Amino acid sequence: MSTTDLLVQDRPAALRRVLARPELGALIAAAAVFLVFAAVAEPFLRVSSLGTVLYAASTIGIMAVPVSLLMIGGEFDLSAGVLVTTAALTSSMVSYQLTAVTWVGVLVSLLVTLAVGGFNGWMLSRTKLPSFIVTLGTFLMLTGANLGVTKLVSGTVSTKPISDMEGFGACRWLFASEVTVCGLTIKATVWWWLGLLLVGSWVLLRTRFGNWIFAVGGDAAAARAVGVPVARTKTVLYLGVGFGAWVLGQHLLFSFDTVQSGEGVGNELIYIVAAVIGGCLITGGYGSVVGSALGALIFGMASKGIIYAQWNPDWFKFFLGAMLLLAALLNTFVKRRAERGPR
Amino acid sequence: MSTTRFRPFRRFRPACAVLAVLAAVAGCSSTGGLRAEHARSQAAAAGGSAVTTPRWKIAMVTHAGAGDAFWDTVRKGAEQAAAKDNITFLYSNDAQTQNQVQLVQAAIDQKVDGLLVTLAKGDALGDVLGKAKAAGIPVITVNSGQEYSARFGALTHIGQDESTAGQAAGTELAGRGRKNVLCVIHEQGNVGQEQRCSGAQSKAGGAFQVLYVDGVNMPDARAAVSAKLQADPAIDTVLTLSGPMAATGLQAIQDARRPVELDTFDLGTQVVAGLKSGSVGFAVDQQPYLQGYEGVDLLWLYRSNLDMLGGGKPVLTGPQILTRDDADALAEYVARGTR
Repeated sequence: MSTTDLLVQDRPAALRRVLARPELGALIAAAAVFLVFAAVAEPFLRVSSLGTVLYAASTIGIMAVPVSLLMIGGEFDLSAGVLVTTAALTSSMVSYQLTAVTWVGVLVSLLVTLAVGGFNGWMLSRTKLPSFIVTLGTFLMLTGANLGVTKLVSGTVSTKPISDMEGFGACRWLFASEVTVCGLTIKATVWWWLGLLLVGSWVLLRTRFGNWIFAVGGDAAAARAVGVPVARTKTVLYLGVGFGAWVLGQHLLFSFDTVQSGEGVGNELIYIVAAVIGGCLITGGYGSVVGSALGALIFGMASKGIIYAQWNPDWFKFFLGAMLLLAALLNTFVKRRAERGPR
Repeated sequence: MSTTRFRPFRRFRPACAVLAVLAAVAGCSSTGGLRAEHARSQAAAAGGSAVTTPRWKIAMVTHAGAGDAFWDTVRKGAEQAAAKDNITFLYSNDAQTQNQVQLVQAAIDQKVDGLLVTLAKGDALGDVLGKAKAAGIPVITVNSGQEYSARFGALTHIGQDESTAGQAAGTELAGRGRKNVLCVIHEQGNVGQEQRCSGAQSKAGGAFQVLYVDGVNMPDARAAVSAKLQADPAIDTVLTLSGPMAATGLQAIQDARRPVELDTFDLGTQVVAGLKSGSVGFAVDQQPYLQGYEGVDLLWLYRSNLDMLGGGKPVLTGPQILTRDDADALAEYVARGTR
């Protein structure tokens, strides 16, 4: 009895709805990855390891939520990776240079990331350039600014420690604390991730704005014709990416105390990978937020599972690429079978 | 289904056979290549461990990027010591802070018997090393971050003091009468590289400037260095911070068509060839093989006999200044991948 037999027979509508969910492929892929590592890596199944895997997944998942929403809205953001670093650097340097309580840096950092997101959205709607190009420009500018400004302000390429400043403890509790329950260590990022996941999923599936996201991603011209504010919708989606980058950036700062200015490059692709494994189409108009979480989870399991299995880490990217292709293939396969409907 | 398919091999089968034999006979090199390497490694390999201690598990987590020759040498040294000391050696690396921290955590999850960590990212690894201490895992820090080592509860630090190495390079530069030095930093965010350049600057005496390039994009780095050399005709020395970057620096100097001396930290095939030919003035080596080898070996000594080197001070593997006189011996070891 294979899934394909199941898919081609007459089925009740409810089952068909389940099979047509964009997350289904990702769910199967996640289960497969879990089983593989559970079979080959004994430490993978320990409770402490689960905490590490969840943490790894959350640091991708937090960004995969807004990135998947943006991709459903039909756009890219290649600046998402370095924007996280920008958020952390801004927060750290503002607090340090002004000798202010760390909350000041945290708030200024939020303004900066939202401004970058707003800039991306504004450029996109005013210039009509593809978002790939617009955000590629932002990505390069931010990469340079991260290094240039840090060097200018701090005199070195990393920020100065701020752990002895007022407010650090509270900020750390909010962004980087951890709770240990029966050996399972859950970091603050996991809660943030869950929160963003719930909000993002609710917005997408239960609000008018969610319909707009699908509409602008599916066919922007048609959406505009029926009165959807396309430019505003896309700008809000970019602001969402800015917000996600702010959260993750604060986490990096308050858990590591110092920030290296050159980091974050390449992570934007990993967020996109998580969204695509989770069922988002690269062309927009289709996908899911929950799927992006499964994508992040697959990434977290794979990246740490390879370590627990004691495989040679030289091959890590190779496995990752293969897994991406397989998951994406599985997605399209499931989707096609599901769309075929009853015969 | 067409019937007139082009089958070159079937059609010219005799000719192909003759060609293949000719290629097999004429194509063999009597020197170098894989065969020579096999002969060398067979001669070198003793094989098997030299001790009867239990099979411990030691993990090494570095901040290396993918495919870096220097870290490959560190790894070779560690693997050699692991083979000798009957140790299961696990290596992992990631250039991004958060990923390196997660890898250290993953090693702790596996309940390893010893941990070797690089601290290029300094403060960021404090928390996770605290967890290693709580789990009772002995930690030795390697290569970078010696100022953090004791604070994070490591047994000792193995490596080179980057400021000292920088000053050694600066002294050597001054002794050679270099007037205007360009120091090339290729890993943004690596505190050690900053210290090398500023250490060299403090002793070099002449004009000194720093250039940032992208160490994982060599063509780009090459163009950046040669553009700088063309833009500033006063520069008479390029100081690079790694073997591969030295090779790139040599190419950039050729591109710029100016008589500029290249000096470098660390070694590589091209650096040794350059020392021999005179295009490289000197190399400041920190002996990466020794860092990996001693890291594993000291953890083994600690577990088997509670020994620790250094007396609370770092165990230094450098700087070792290498010049033309050392080139011949080095060439063999570099080819072997242990220098």
